[in-house]
Amino acid sequence: MTATTTSARSELSELGRSETALRTFLHGLPGVDQVGAEQRAAQLGTRSIKTTAKAQAIDLAIRMVDLTTLEGADTPGKVRALAAKAIRPDPADPSCPHVGAVCVYPAMVPYVAEVLRGSGVHLASVATAFPSGQAPLEIKLADTRAAVAAGADEIDMVINRGAFLSGRYKEVYDEIVATKEASGDAHLKVILETGELATYDNVRRASWLAMLAGGDFIKTSTGKVPIAATMPVSLVMLEAVRDFREATGRQVGVKPAGGIKTTKDAIKYLVMVNETVGPDWLDPDWFRFGASSLLNDLLMQRTKLTTGTYSGPDYFTLD
Amino acid sequence: MFEYAPAPESRSVVDLKPSYGLFIDGTFVDPTDGDSFKSINPASEEVLAEVAEAGPQDVERAVRAARKAYDKVWGPMSGRDRAKYLYRIARLIQERSRELAVLESLDNGKPIRESRDVDLPLVAAHFFYYAGWADKLEHSGFGANPRPIGVAAQVIPWNFPLLMLAWKIAPALAAGNTVVLKPAETTPLTALLFAEICQQAELPAGVVNILTGAGDTGRALVEHQGVDKVAFTGSTDVGRAIARSIAGTRKKLTLELGGKAANIVFDDAPIDQAVEGIVNGIFFNQGHVCCAGSRLLVQENVADRVLESLKRRMAQLRVGDPLDKNTDVGAINSAAQLERIRELSDAGSAEGAERWSPPCDLPDRGFWFAPTIFTGVTQAHRIAREEIFGPVLSVLTFRTPAEAVEKANNTPYGLSAGIWTDKGSRILWMADRLRAGVVWANTFNKFDPTSPFGGYKESGYGREGGRHGLEGYLNV
Repeated sequence: MTATTTSARSELSELGRSETALRTFLHGLPGVDQVGAEQRAAQLGTRSIKTTAKAQAIDLAIRMVDLTTLEGADTPGKVRALAAKAIRPDPADPSCPHVGAVCVYPAMVPYVAEVLRGSGVHLASVATAFPSGQAPLEIKLADTRAAVAAGADEIDMVINRGAFLSGRYKEVYDEIVATKEASGDAHLKVILETGELATYDNVRRASWLAMLAGGDFIKTSTGKVPIAATMPVSLVMLEAVRDFREATGRQVGVKPAGGIKTTKDAIKYLVMVNETVGPDWLDPDWFRFGASSLLNDLLMQRTKLTTGTYSGPDYFTLD
Repeated sequence: MFEYAPAPESRSVVDLKPSYGLFIDGTFVDPTDGDSFKSINPASEEVLAEVAEAGPQDVERAVRAARKAYDKVWGPMSGRDRAKYLYRIARLIQERSRELAVLESLDNGKPIRESRDVDLPLVAAHFFYYAGWADKLEHSGFGANPRPIGVAAQVIPWNFPLLMLAWKIAPALAAGNTVVLKPAETTPLTALLFAEICQQAELPAGVVNILTGAGDTGRALVEHQGVDKVAFTGSTDVGRAIARSIAGTRKKLTLELGGKAANIVFDDAPIDQAVEGIVNGIFFNQGHVCCAGSRLLVQENVADRVLESLKRRMAQLRVGDPLDKNTDVGAINSAAQLERIRELSDAGSAEGAERWSPPCDLPDRGFWFAPTIFTGVTQAHRIAREEIFGPVLSVLTFRTPAEAVEKANNTPYGLSAGIWTDKGSRILWMADRLRAGVVWANTFNKFDPTSPFGGYKESGYGREGGRHGLEGYLNV
């Protein structure tokens, strides 16, 4: 890290002390032109990724999947099965890599932890009164501590969208700082719920706010509101982590979540990562897909590439 | 690293003949007094086909065929029936768009991504749009019963061969004129494929005639006595010569010539999108664009930041095989054009501007030029004044909006300009003061058949596209 980024970093860390400073900074970020951002995202989606590049992309995408189940109906049996699949996604092919993480509710963490121990697959838990975040701060923090105590090494928190939209940036900032502290050594992913932020300008501001407050990852969505991850939203977030590293020297990861269902979609995202922030982010430590059905499509395409034929959905486990 | 494997579009969709004749009076014929020349693939220098070069007698035959078709068939035909043919041509273009796109990339050197996603959709859209006007001319604002002019001589450039053909032929035919069109000598092939489409559409013989050839053919065509209207797109020098040669005749003239557009970035611009716009403005189609944003005017207080982002973005441009679906920048169209780009770039360095290109491997064969920017450019530099028509951007700075306007207008050209700012009032203030036919706000190089396009000053006169585009083909 250079001397300038060190001083920039300490200057930026001061921002959280005052509402005015935060507001001035966030509103001074360059705007996002909606038409231009959507056009660029669409253009990146026209890259043609074939043969060896496709094989490489599929394996990378599998390693980046946060295999997720966040249902009221989740049971210990179901999450155990999911964890087993995370470790060995394709039982017929030992060369298939394991996924990045399993993502569940806090109550399910202990059952998943048993299965994942020593596998190299991370265990993510949503917390902070996911998905709405509408609970007193103390309860959100207790939620977080419980998840970590039960064995989660990644915490997916939600920001306080009500506070953000009404301009109470310091409140959002302080909650993230407190959750980061409650997470201890666990990696903190900050869910912006971009579908509720409505504009790309807000997405950029919320991204910076989350990074300034110490988030290790910024994540698009809970998957529980109608609009989840989109290419343009993820593009704006990637530009934010790129600019943040330039300013501070600290690298932050990005996780689009919800609505990414096909290999084709996943490859479009990888192309966007490659051409926006570069190879430093093409790693499960820095980019993840929050998804459930995506994995089976990746596995089907992977089998198609290696064997030349489609096996059909019945050959892949439904969990 | 994530390396994209080659993803070439198949050439097999194009069925090229070894040689092509002239398309006169509905059929392909050999030239009577002309010669022939070869059209090559600028990405490999491979010969694609041998093409006839029309001589004066061929021009005579073509103009006579166009006159006959105008008098007997196309002129008297109802607008509704003309529209029927134009719609049919538009649909055939869509059906055969892959074939046309591949051939365009082969002959021109432009990336298939652009010929597929930009050129061909716009070509079809132009024919659809003007087909709609054919039976509604009395509502176009040019009088109760506007009449066509007659026989139009049309000479088009090599940068968008098929799109320029569409810009010329679609409004001419919709208004009831017949045409003799000469494509550029380095890119005649898609026009010849278009001639086949005219046959397929059963367009009456003589309504569209295509004469291939070089400057002499073009001169013979525009100077021919039987021509009522001349439309030219190309360099300002040739445009001036054409204006001189037809001065004092009854011929009507529209010219769409060169440009040296300013792309103006203010400090409150959406920087990431502005950088995309700068890249699209100058590296789209290898910079072979008359309205290219070849002068970047950036506000001084954000210049470093914008340039840093621009360089980072330029490093992502993929230069190479035009038929690879992942190529962003293709081949320079000809050896002569490459020579001109080199000469002006060398002048830029010699005059003291600082030159930068991202690292990129250029193919050994064919005509290639790496995307290039010059910083520290002043208004006096040749690269800030002359049209380079290549992937070369000159960067200048300004401090105030008034200075931006002054610098932007300080050119003999006036085709287009771009403004990047979050402030709507400033966009309107600037647009009022910029002497350019097209002003783009927070975007660049956007084209649409409904939108008139054309220049101020030495960028030409007349408008193409939209309702305004009919005026040049109506007796008004």
